[in-house]
Amino acid sequence: MKIVREALAGTLESSDLMVRIAPHPDLEIVLQSEVMRQFGAQIEAVARDTLDKLGVTAALVVIEDKGALDCVIRARLQTVVQRAAEEWTAEWSALS
Amino acid sequence: MTTSDPRRFDASLRAQGLDPFAGVAARIAHVASAETRHERKLCKSLEDAIRASGLKNGMTISLHHGFREGDKTINMVVAKLAEMGFRDLTLAPSSLLSCNAPLIEHIKSGVIRRIYTSGMRGKLAEAISHGLMEEPIHVHSHGGRVHLMDRGELNVDVAFLGVSTSDPFGNANAVSGLSRCGSLGYAMVDAERARTVVLLAEAIVPFPNAPASIRHDQVDYVVQVAQIGDPAKISVGATRMTSNPRELLISRLAAEVVEHSGWFEEGFSLQTGSGASATAVTRFLEDRMVRKGIKASFALGGITGSIVDLHQKGLIGKLYDTQSFDSQAAESLRVNPGHIEISTNTYANPTSKGALSDWVDVVILSALEIDLDFNVNVITGSDGVMRGASGGHSDVAAGANLPIVVAPLIRSRIPTVVERVTTVVTPGETIGVLVTDHGVAVNPRRPDLDARLREAGLPVFPIEELHRRSLAITGAPQPIPFLDKIVGVIRYRDGTVADVVRQVAD
Repeated sequence: MKIVREALAGTLESSDLMVRIAPHPDLEIVLQSEVMRQFGAQIEAVARDTLDKLGVTAALVVIEDKGALDCVIRARLQTVVQRAAEEWTAEWSALS
Repeated sequence: MTTSDPRRFDASLRAQGLDPFAGVAARIAHVASAETRHERKLCKSLEDAIRASGLKNGMTISLHHGFREGDKTINMVVAKLAEMGFRDLTLAPSSLLSCNAPLIEHIKSGVIRRIYTSGMRGKLAEAISHGLMEEPIHVHSHGGRVHLMDRGELNVDVAFLGVSTSDPFGNANAVSGLSRCGSLGYAMVDAERARTVVLLAEAIVPFPNAPASIRHDQVDYVVQVAQIGDPAKISVGATRMTSNPRELLISRLAAEVVEHSGWFEEGFSLQTGSGASATAVTRFLEDRMVRKGIKASFALGGITGSIVDLHQKGLIGKLYDTQSFDSQAAESLRVNPGHIEISTNTYANPTSKGALSDWVDVVILSALEIDLDFNVNVITGSDGVMRGASGGHSDVAAGANLPIVVAPLIRSRIPTVVERVTTVVTPGETIGVLVTDHGVAVNPRRPDLDARLREAGLPVFPIEELHRRSLAITGAPQPIPFLDKIVGVIRYRDGTVADVVRQVAD
């Protein structure tokens, strides 16, 4: 899925995350998390997996995580991609 | 008789170390005039009081944290000591909080070399966890602090004790005047034990000031200061009142546990520790007490406004107060004769001649982490950084018939129920029940209790099941890397070492 504009999803509330996305030549994820030490690798893996399933191969994704669960991370990423994509091409049923 | 009469003394008495009478003021100078009899303790400034106290480099000073996040004395005194050029001091306040971040500079510059405290929060705790100090801090419980003093490890040279009013002779309290923290339970211990006692009084009132939480026979110097603390900030953080539905859910479930525990009988006694869910249990107990037609004989500890409500409705007999957790409690201490101020020695010192904590039936305690053996951590976060306080946790857990730990199963995505706690503060063998928003776990040492709660239809699970459930939701956290350096020594209430805290790796 092609990212054509900047978009934002989520909040900075505890147990949530704020995701920003922007067009970029390749896929770059910048991650900040309150639980970086315990869950940094896990959050990055979930983010990459979600973007992969959405077919996003080029974008700058900035995640500011406040201790969100994996399901929340997936949901916010799906939303931000939906807002930034030229055309929504993913099958919802294939995402869960 | 103003001078000695040689006929009334015999030289042979000198061999026994006896001297002849030499006038009433020869040995007791202050009786010479009304001014010295009454006003000799008054100092013009904090600096004068410090000089008069005889404080020297390397000595130990103490202060109390009755105002918690609103305290203004700890930072003020240490800043003054730094300005006067003191070095290598041991700082032994009853506890430290986020508001004490300015101490970081005074540790760096060598004014403070060692620290004894019940806990730490915020930037100061963060810095010390990252290796700010050469010597590890000692973390003690409220009762254990008095024990360390009595066994001679913690010898306070000068106590600087903030009080809202004092008379010129040193009769002081914190229930009158402007900035009132209520009970002076922490300070009473220091007033009894410190070599020199300096009162920092927000107001100096005419003699005699009553009640005298601190008495004139304990006090060396009195100095007026602008403000000792902000009472509005006592109930910030650990002692806040909650409207969070999850915390209230836990509180209600904890009240159900109390109701069916077997200890909910006429004349039972209770304590609610700090932490939102713990303090909120009180409001769910009221209905149950009325319905069953029972009253509590006393409540102990940090006293909150909601405990005071029950006292004023006649549902709790006496309130024993070592720390007033809000202004309502402070005011109640002033006006209610059944609301009694106690020192932390009377409260929880295990080697005193008797501690009230041994008479508690039900205590509600908080936890940052609790493990499969029910060991509780209230000091370090799961990132290894110190952010809490030992307080009366281990004291009352050891004394109470039914210690209940309340905690959410997960905080953001950090599990509370873990395989092994990062830091042991309270040994699991003293904990009876864990209450979470996902259910209750009973310590296998208490099979009777387990049976009673199951019979009452409460959601009781093995603690391993709660642990599995938390991991299923959060995923498995990666272990935190620590360096070898010890930054904190966790002292059990008997002075032994329950655990050590190591420096967090960056």
